Amino acid sequence: MSRTSTPTLIFRRILAALPSIVGVIIITFVLTRALPGDPAAYFAGPAASQEAIEQIRETLGLNRSLLAQFFIYIGELFRGDLGMSLTTGQSVLSDLLARLPASLELTLAGLFFSLVLALPLGVLAATRPGSWIDHSVRLIATAGVSLPTFFTGLLLIYLFYFRLGVAPAPLGRLSLLYTNPPAVTGLFLIDSLLAADFGTFWAALSQLMLPAITLGLFALAPLARVTRAAMLGVLSSDFIRTAKASGLSRRTILFGYAFRNALLPIVTTLGVVFSFLLGANVLVEKVFAWPGIGSYAVSALVASDYAAVQGFVLTMALLYVVLNLLIDLLYAVIDPRAGVES
Amino acid sequence: MNIAPPTLPSSPLPSSPLSSIPLLAVRNLCAEFRTRSGTVSALENISFYINPSETVGIVGESGSGKSVLALTIMGILDPAGHVTAGEILWSQSAATLNLLNTPEKVFRQLRGKDLSMIFQSPRTALNPIRKVGKQIVDVLRCHTQLPPAQLKPRAIELLASVKIPDPAQRYEAYPYELSGGLCQRIMIALALACSPQLLIADEPTTGLDVTTQATVMNLLKDLATDRQMATVVITHDLALASEYCDRILVMHAGHLIESAPTAELFQSPQHPYTAKLIAATPEPHKGFNDLAPILGNLPDLRRSDLPPCRFVSRCDQATDPCHNQPLVNTQVTETHQVSCWHPLGGPQL
Ligand SMILES: Nc1ncnc2c1ncn2[C@@H]1O[C@H](COP(=O)(O)OP(=O)(O)OP(=O)(O)O)[C@@H](O)[C@H]1O
Ligand SMILES: [Mg+2]
Repeated sequence: MSRTSTPTLIFRRILAALPSIVGVIIITFVLTRALPGDPAAYFAGPAASQEAIEQIRETLGLNRSLLAQFFIYIGELFRGDLGMSLTTGQSVLSDLLARLPASLELTLAGLFFSLVLALPLGVLAATRPGSWIDHSVRLIATAGVSLPTFFTGLLLIYLFYFRLGVAPAPLGRLSLLYTNPPAVTGLFLIDSLLAADFGTFWAALSQLMLPAITLGLFALAPLARVTRAAMLGVLSSDFIRTAKASGLSRRTILFGYAFRNALLPIVTTLGVVFSFLLGANVLVEKVFAWPGIGSYAVSALVASDYAAVQGFVLTMALLYVVLNLLIDLLYAVIDPRAGVES
Repeated sequence: MNIAPPTLPSSPLPSSPLSSIPLLAVRNLCAEFRTRSGTVSALENISFYINPSETVGIVGESGSGKSVLALTIMGILDPAGHVTAGEILWSQSAATLNLLNTPEKVFRQLRGKDLSMIFQSPRTALNPIRKVGKQIVDVLRCHTQLPPAQLKPRAIELLASVKIPDPAQRYEAYPYELSGGLCQRIMIALALACSPQLLIADEPTTGLDVTTQATVMNLLKDLATDRQMATVVITHDLALASEYCDRILVMHAGHLIESAPTAELFQSPQHPYTAKLIAATPEPHKGFNDLAPILGNLPDLRRSDLPPCRFVSRCDQATDPCHNQPLVNTQVTETHQVSCWHPLGGPQL
């Protein structure tokens, strides 16, 4: 048996992800061509003549065969060219890069919120099975699963903005009174802290709160449930009995021994939940007018904006690959057995 | 409780003539599990004692309550289990504690320090994602005042004391990288880290191959002798118990049915179950056909109408009182007890 080194592990993961990336490229290409609507007509505008539309079709390369279009597309991809967006008139790559941090900040904040709640709740429920804590965790978990995100989003806006007036208007990342902090990471919370601009930090945080909670509530249920189940399983295992027989303190047993082992299934679920959140983003961004890649994709889809939709799907696919890589690495950090071949 | 030499001339001396106070005395212990399908009466009226530095075997077939007894003594029975009666007296440095009503805070300081336990399937008994050396350090940190810099050297010393080759290297290993036999040695090092007075070994060799079994048992025996540590060896293998133990306690369906010094038990078993167990135990001079299996099964311990003697349905000698009179305990000799209406009497050779 040998333990695989981390660089080898990363390299192997990337290699294993290549086929799925190729698959995603082919599928997005075919799917976007199958979208209803004629992009040339849309681009030319409602008043354009037939010749004008034909001309645009030719400049966009839409009159060539599908296969030819595909190879042109691949060639452009290799040059890092995702094409121009018909709706914004900008290059898709720069559009996406500009909007990606907004989506990431929202997703990470949602994940953070749900982890901070789900882990303690799951651990508490597992240490007192059958207690009122256990039952309320189950209740919250069921509620979280059964409420659709756009509904919780609208409900939160109604309550905290419209009724109570404690939340700012759900209109993007920062109210108009503030300027964006100098971009370092692209995440407003971190950039404003780096610039020591606490006013902006607070403003960004209050904008982020409701959409992040909306996303987080969605993730809370699976995470709390998995934490509870994993802790219950680990707490009844042989090595916990050994730890008890050795007289280790309750804290050491619970956190040093049990929780670290329970982290393995939790991290796996985290990966799945994170990818769900990336998907759920699309709706939440629409509801909160969040300038991320999700709302960008929705507008592009409505306008039959091929290049933008393709770019979005490709970005998501790459995000999934990176995410899975991170999860694997995290797994290897926690579990020495990961990446062992016999 | 005074331990005098047994009166039977053929019996060996008890192991510990020095001490008049047993290290551990269990009296009338009853424990049950409340489950959805009924209450399991797992232990009933168990009484026995363990003297300092003696080795005692607890034998009995699967489900007879050996592990439940061990876990109850250690105070780590799972929450479904309840002790309903009895006391467990622990005597150390002239003080006696009833472990059943010792506050958890005090008891926790005894566990792993003064009374330790090792388990069967050593691989799963160790934390799979923590270096084995670190697991020993955890115990040392918990129970000793060693300065942090000496924890690791001490753990390596302990690994060496259980004859693990390359202890410094093994310190860094994870359980999955080690063989079952090595894992069991690590478990032993972990359990003995703080030099306990009593070690309970619950089927320490189950799941190991025969030669490893012998090395692990010999190691345990040597360590116990060196440290003058009392050892309880739990096993369903009477042959193994007879080889290593000074005294043997026989359990059946939650009852302690007989206890005697090893040689005496083999020479004159008093309980029909013990006699059958001995008959079913392979020995060099016995052929395969001489081995008599014990017919029948343990009664369902969830029944509310368990007969007073739980062996009655499997017993050839059962008569009316066995079915409806409370069980009688007979003191055959000073060190030999049996719970039976019809003890077999006289040495059976
Ligand atoms: N957690 C539990 N819940 C319910 N019943 C239990 C539990 N643990 C043990 N028992 C019951 O207690 C009885 C004694 O079990 P125990 O594990 O002590 O047997 P054992 O003698 O150690 O057998 P083995 O040789 O298989 O280890 C069995 O009838 C078992 O079903
Ligand atoms: Mg057992």
